Amino acid sequence: MSNRFLLASTSAGWPPPVLDPGGPYAEPVTLLAWALLIGGAVVLAIVVAALGTALFGSKRLKAKLGGERAIWLGGFLFPAVVLTGLLIWGLSLTSSLSPQPGTDAMRVRIIGEMWWWRVHYLDARGQEALRDANELHIPVGRPVLLELESADVIHSFWIPRLAGKMDMIPGRTNKLLIEADRPGVYKGQCAEYCGGPHALMGFVVVAHSAKDFERWRAARRPADGGGGPGLDLFLASGCAACHTIRGTAANGLAGPDLTHVGSRQTLGAGILPNNPGTMAGWIADSQAIKPGNRMPAYHQFSGRELRALAAYLRGLE
Amino acid sequence: MSSETGFDPALYARFPTRAPRPDEEKEELAHIWCAPKGWDYLTAVNNSYIGLYYLGTAFLFFLLAGILALLMRVQLAAPLMEVLPQAVYNQVFTMHGTVMMFLFAVPAVEAAGVLLLPQMLAARDLPFPRLSAYAFWAYAVGGLCFFASIFVGLAPDGGWFMYPPLTSKAYSPGINTDFWLLGIGFIEISAIAGAIEIIVGVLRTRAPGMSLDRMPIFAWAMLVFAAMIVIAFPSVILATLLLEIERAFGWPFFDAGRGGDPLLWQHLFWFFGHPEVYIIFLPAAGMVSMIVATVARTELVGYRLIVLALLATGFISFGVWAHHMFATGLPPMTTGFFSAASMAVSIPAGIQVFAWIATLAVGKPRYSAPGLFVIGSILIFVTGGLTGVMVAMVPFDWQAHDSYFIVAHLHYVLIGGMVFPLFAAFYYWIPSISRRPLSDRLGRWVFGLMFAGMNIAFLPMHLSGLQGMPRRVSTYLPGQGLALPNLVSTVGAFLLAAGVLLFLVDLVRNFRFAPGGGTAGNVHDAGTLEWLPTELYSVRSIPVVASREPLWDDPALAARVEAGRYFLPRSATGLRETIVTSPLRAEPQYLQILPGPSPWPIAAAIFTAGFFLALTVQAYGFGLASGLFAVIAVLRWLWESDRRVAAERVDIGAGIEVPTYVTGSASHGWWAMVILLIVMGMIFVMGLFSLAFLWSNQPSYWAPPPAFRGAVPILLLDLAAAALAIGGRRLLLRGAAWPVVAFVLSTAALGGALWLDRGQWAAAGFAAEASGQGAAVFALLALQGAAVATGALMAGYCAARALRGLVTRPANTSIDLTMLFLAYAAIQGLVGALFTRAVGA
Repeated sequence: MSNRFLLASTSAGWPPPVLDPGGPYAEPVTLLAWALLIGGAVVLAIVVAALGTALFGSKRLKAKLGGERAIWLGGFLFPAVVLTGLLIWGLSLTSSLSPQPGTDAMRVRIIGEMWWWRVHYLDARGQEALRDANELHIPVGRPVLLELESADVIHSFWIPRLAGKMDMIPGRTNKLLIEADRPGVYKGQCAEYCGGPHALMGFVVVAHSAKDFERWRAARRPADGGGGPGLDLFLASGCAACHTIRGTAANGLAGPDLTHVGSRQTLGAGILPNNPGTMAGWIADSQAIKPGNRMPAYHQFSGRELRALAAYLRGLE
Repeated sequence: MSSETGFDPALYARFPTRAPRPDEEKEELAHIWCAPKGWDYLTAVNNSYIGLYYLGTAFLFFLLAGILALLMRVQLAAPLMEVLPQAVYNQVFTMHGTVMMFLFAVPAVEAAGVLLLPQMLAARDLPFPRLSAYAFWAYAVGGLCFFASIFVGLAPDGGWFMYPPLTSKAYSPGINTDFWLLGIGFIEISAIAGAIEIIVGVLRTRAPGMSLDRMPIFAWAMLVFAAMIVIAFPSVILATLLLEIERAFGWPFFDAGRGGDPLLWQHLFWFFGHPEVYIIFLPAAGMVSMIVATVARTELVGYRLIVLALLATGFISFGVWAHHMFATGLPPMTTGFFSAASMAVSIPAGIQVFAWIATLAVGKPRYSAPGLFVIGSILIFVTGGLTGVMVAMVPFDWQAHDSYFIVAHLHYVLIGGMVFPLFAAFYYWIPSISRRPLSDRLGRWVFGLMFAGMNIAFLPMHLSGLQGMPRRVSTYLPGQGLALPNLVSTVGAFLLAAGVLLFLVDLVRNFRFAPGGGTAGNVHDAGTLEWLPTELYSVRSIPVVASREPLWDDPALAARVEAGRYFLPRSATGLRETIVTSPLRAEPQYLQILPGPSPWPIAAAIFTAGFFLALTVQAYGFGLASGLFAVIAVLRWLWESDRRVAAERVDIGAGIEVPTYVTGSASHGWWAMVILLIVMGMIFVMGLFSLAFLWSNQPSYWAPPPAFRGAVPILLLDLAAAALAIGGRRLLLRGAAWPVVAFVLSTAALGGALWLDRGQWAAAGFAAEASGQGAAVFALLALQGAAVATGALMAGYCAARALRGLVTRPANTSIDLTMLFLAYAAIQGLVGALFTRAVGA
């Protein structure tokens, strides 16, 4: 992964993500959005022109506007025709974007938590094949069916360049199709207010070419046990109570799985670039960075300990 | 010309009367209607006072919530700012939305109705002045206490929409959420009290001859507004009740792990929440229709179309609520229906906009401050309407939903559809209640600042939303293209605030409240009755109305009204009174004796607020006592009402005589009770809906309900209760004791039926804490329990009145209303017993 995938440079400026589709489930919505924005501007111009005529127009034009016929034409007939056309477009697009049964899509279950995301890659039979957090890797050109759930309150999953948003509601599984046309990083964040640091609950989708994706997938192996002082600190300081690192004794379930944390684009659920400095900073005082998140600050670590811990975690690819 | 009530319209030809009226009559009117002095001033119930206090308080909340908005804009001016800590920000945005919607927008338009309607209809006052006073004081006391929670860090922080499970005990253990649920609880009660007042006022106290098609558009708008409150608010009352019960007692209405469903809240909330937008918009649109006609100096083009549009908006707005839920995973069939309805609701708005444009085209518009605000409001509202059509499209909404695009959209709709019309209304109507008009020159500056500020603040938010900025975020990261649009928005917000500040300056410099001290007069040369010369008692005499703009069609009207040459030029009974007219043609039916100042409404309001606030802080003993005192205060204020006066029939002008006491379905009390029962019925129906919704969404938690067989004795008892109530009223002819005995027996039958019903559910193993089904069933039983308890209270009240000889024969309103209530409670009990056994049987 190169630097061009760094968060800060992904989506600055024009065009905004909603108008810059990255795949077939966002593209038709972008077309619709442009049609609506331009159409809306035209209608606004018509109303302004009518208002202007009513105020400053010639007697003849004013007489045309000043009666019930104008109300029927402008207030009823015109909107009725336009809206009927829009409705037909909207209905057909809605059904074409909704997940149909029997697609051969790759399946991933994403579970919203306060304030991060569990990511479970599923195999063809729906069995869990790989666990990760806060980041989703997909191959380009293949639809991905997301099964969206929540572990606590309502969240909403939104990657504007890949699809519209879908809520994650306790007790339900909502489905959403995404697909990326080109390799790259697609950012998003929780769109349903979920309390506390809702503003800092980001998510990253990384799209690879088919070959790169297979390579990435093959490289997701449990840690090899050679953790050194970093792993010892991790196990001795209570980190393992909440975090799992497969291949080690750490098997906590409350927080994100860290087996591959070193290879992630971001830390803190989509808010910090992943480098040794941010890793150490997050461990030392995540509460200052993301107030209210469920991980306590670890002020007690010395600089050396922090460096060892960060180096170990950065090595988990 | 045919007649609605048997009143001969030819009698209207007797007006204006010829003989001069003595000036003493005017002095007597002024004496009867004058407000109490000193501390007793607070006991005033006249609409001129209550309406103004009401509007002033609502405007205060507008300023307070506006300050919260400025704080948010400072925090969001740049990425990762640390002006407001995250926890404070979450409280601030929750309070901004809640206060603007519940404490500003609805009360402000309701207050405008209370203030303007009697004058516009040439009534002396609204039919239930003490109810208005109660509604105002409950709102003011409760609202201010609620707002104060932010100063101690206890303000709610779950968003104005309060979605569980975020707001359930598990994720919001503090009392912040309870402040919202209970604080909003009695503001809802206050809104409903006001709605009942407005419906009965508009339909029954119009000036003689003001048939429905001569009624000012504002009165039509307020009528639809109030009817919508009656239908929509019960849903949110029930929702808040259920969530508070879940938090306090663990009944799992919204807990998916125990057979509840978080989506139930969203359906209940938005069934209220979307009509709420039109509840706010319609009265403001009514104001615009009134102002446009005057500004253009011509009658409104398309009056009938506008009335149709108001009614259509009211109907359609109840079919659009799920467009707030397009991203919750509803099936495409469902979203398609709500998408179509959401688009359809824009058509009546389009009709009104083009009717205003047509009116401006016909007339010769004046660019005074009200005119500018009206034109600005049209432009802003149309923009918001167009983005509204965009988000009615399901695929686009999946992108725009819960993003800043929606923040932009809703502020265009509400500022264009309500705030600008309200400011137009301030500049337009203040001369009718102030000795001086506001400054037109300052008004143009106010308009310019607000119009520019509004657009600079909210136009860039469309872009922020498309950039991917979600709503309700306390900050955002740099490098996403969000910094510039947010900074511009902040600048715009302060410009808008500067406009509001300048308005305050204008208000301080020029507003001089004139209760009985003369007004600035008809400065806009308008055509409707509120521009007649008025005093505290409203107009000197109540004119016969023959057209929609009587002041334009009869230039001499004002002078004749002031000379007392129409109806009721004096107090016929020496008391406060107004003419009650028929609902369609406004034919005089009887003279209503209005209650005067009383300390009991304000006492009841303070105790009501105390009750809810004590519950919030879990001071249950104090809360119970407070609730008891509130009930006593209400009964005490009612005690003085429903009295006959010595004169059974009086002359209300030109020898036309009407009765002073009417019972049965023609009386204003009967109408108010029927509306109250519709409110109760709606609450109950939403409860039934909740049960059915949980059954269809959480079938795996469902257990077979008790058998129908067991419901037979319940039905028989409920039918007996209804028969006793109806029969008891008829027995009043034989003596006042008969109905009282019948009502007590009726209440006992209701209680027995409820006891049997509850017992069968408990015996079948159901418990309220165990499952969503149990919770919903016991909630319905609890609602029935509240109805039975209220019925018992009313029966006891009738008994007390009978003992004191206040139950007059052959007919009596207190007996009528108790009969209606008990009969309703019997039907509710019967329907509930059958429905709960049918769902999932």
